[in-house]
Amino acid sequence: MYDAGKIITGLMIFLGLMTFPFWYSKGKAVPPADIKIDTPAIQRLPEKRCVEPTPYMRAKHMELIDFWRQSVVRERDRIYLASDGKKYNRSLSHTCLNCHSNKEQFCDRCHNYSGVKPTCWNCHVIPKEKV
Amino acid sequence: MEGSRRTFLKIAGASLLGLAAKPVLDAFARSEFPKVIKAPQALVAKRWAMVVDMKKFKAEEDYQRCIQACHRAHNVPDIGTKQEVKWIWKERYAQAFPDEQNQFIPDEMKNKAFLLLCNHCDNPPCVRVCPTQATFRRKEDGIVMMDFHRCIGCRYCMAACPYGARSFNFGNPRPYIQETNLEFPTRTKGVVEKCNFCEERVARGLLPACVEVSRGALIFGDLANPDSGVRKILRLNYGIRRRPTLGTQPQVYYLI
Repeated sequence: MYDAGKIITGLMIFLGLMTFPFWYSKGKAVPPADIKIDTPAIQRLPEKRCVEPTPYMRAKHMELIDFWRQSVVRERDRIYLASDGKKYNRSLSHTCLNCHSNKEQFCDRCHNYSGVKPTCWNCHVIPKEKV
Repeated sequence: MEGSRRTFLKIAGASLLGLAAKPVLDAFARSEFPKVIKAPQALVAKRWAMVVDMKKFKAEEDYQRCIQACHRAHNVPDIGTKQEVKWIWKERYAQAFPDEQNQFIPDEMKNKAFLLLCNHCDNPPCVRVCPTQATFRRKEDGIVMMDFHRCIGCRYCMAACPYGARSFNFGNPRPYIQETNLEFPTRTKGVVEKCNFCEERVARGLLPACVEVSRGALIFGDLANPDSGVRKILRLNYGIRRRPTLGTQPQVYYLI
């Protein structure tokens, strides 16, 4: 093999750089997102329940919100009948953020932790933070 | 026993089919989300339309009141350059009605500013060209809507619209919005926008923002209903529309 030294050194450097994130963060535990759900609006609720049960919301809130936006904008359905029979206005800025008024401590912390960047807030207005 | 065996097989087959059909029907009947209900207070019409009574626009203030009300309600940025964004705006007769260029028209008409907005056409060219169906015509009431979520900013609709009713956000519009209305979203860079006939207000039982402040100069109503205000006005007055020869069937009528 011609230039074996250069090639092998190059490969070593390449592998080192490629695996950098793995050995750099080895042994370090990233603390899980510390989300706060103790906003005044939530504390006032007689039953601490989101639009749907928590496990469902945790797993599928993005699908629910996507369904809401589709139905409001395209099908004119603005009222959501939850599985427990309660009615909600399908609105991110008003229904979701009315209770979760601490967007930075709720939405953002978990989204940052899981490395997702939703583009909702490029257009949707964040009501004044009430913590 | 030949016949009865045949019958038995028939019945057995039909029952098996029934068993097989049940899960299929269940799959169709099941929906991921519970069923929905319409907002009870919404204004309803088969065909929303607007009449602009130009005789009632006398001073600059009459125009500005409507423009400001709309632009404030919908967070329309005030950019002021060629990259302006507008939902409702003023234009001279020559630009508003390029098909009716008589050699001799009253000076007053020639110099008068007309209040223009999206015509919510029955046959909207913007909808035909939109590759993502971000802009669409609501069949229930004829409003030509924008789904800002879907717009990819290709601007075909702007090229297609013969009325210049659409604006593009060349940059982030937020720095140009003086006072953000929390009830309505802003737009983002790379999205086309236009008048939505205050669809969000109509859904709450309110008249469009411009109509509300127009002091009777703008009339909003149902063209499909012969007893509606717009139909009464159009029965008694001759209303003209912008560029009707194009076949887009615009639904904003002007009394001049």
